[in-house]
Amino acid sequence: MNSTVSFFYFLSFLTILSAVMVVVSRNPIHSVLYLILAFFTLSGHYILLNAQFLAAVNIIVYAGAIMVLFLFVIMFLNMKQDNEEAKTNIAKIAATIVGGTVFVILFGAYRKSAIPAFNPENFDSQVGMIENLGHILFREYLLPFELASILLLVAMVGAVMLGKREIGERHF
Amino acid sequence: MIPNPNIPEVSIPSVIQNIPLQHYLILSTLLFVIGIIGVLTRRNAIIIFMSVELMLNAANLLLIAFSSYRSDPSGQVFVFFIMAVAAAEVAVGLAIIVMIYRNTRNTDIGFLNKLKW
Repeated sequence: MNSTVSFFYFLSFLTILSAVMVVVSRNPIHSVLYLILAFFTLSGHYILLNAQFLAAVNIIVYAGAIMVLFLFVIMFLNMKQDNEEAKTNIAKIAATIVGGTVFVILFGAYRKSAIPAFNPENFDSQVGMIENLGHILFREYLLPFELASILLLVAMVGAVMLGKREIGERHF
Repeated sequence: MIPNPNIPEVSIPSVIQNIPLQHYLILSTLLFVIGIIGVLTRRNAIIIFMSVELMLNAANLLLIAFSSYRSDPSGQVFVFFIMAVAAAEVAVGLAIIVMIYRNTRNTDIGFLNKLKW
């Protein structure tokens, strides 16, 4: 087993561990920090897969922007102490059974399906580089790119509208 | 694909040579399932939201793995769009959570039980 393979398994272990910790930790701030760790390990996976551009974008957009937003909201709402009354054990067991069933179904489907391996003849290791992706993005996917800008504008307007203080007495 | 004469032809990454694609499938399925369990077990709206982010990232990982193994850049462009949509979703969702908090002083989804019926 060479070093890259063991690094892959180490990263996968870290990813799964931090994802589990996001779900089970009682303090929301710890959840956010574990989620940031999960995003960094996912960026490591992207680098191993030779998708450098998306690894950088993942760190900038997810770990940088989205997680700061989460942390900001959690600190803004002052949710330090966890006063969440726990769901009953039956609900937790049922949820775990549902998740496990989904995993088993998908795993069985993977075992039945023939997933083609990579093709060494026409393999292109430069696929994940920013130059290639830029060419594809601005040639074939120009319309979705422009629509994404409209989506972001709509989301910004919606967030401002929702966050504005409304008139009425039910506000604190 | 535009061939670039400046960049030398790099050999196939060793992960792609040594790790079968099934391992990436199993890894992202595990991440997705952990997200599902998080959505179903937690009651804090923000934690549920973070579990949804985990599920989105599982899909991203799978798309990137397939796109790298098949050397098809369209999958990675798709991940780019998923990230843009996720950013928009987080902005609107967190605004909704802040609004819920302003009205109920809580982010427990048990207080929103009128949405059940």
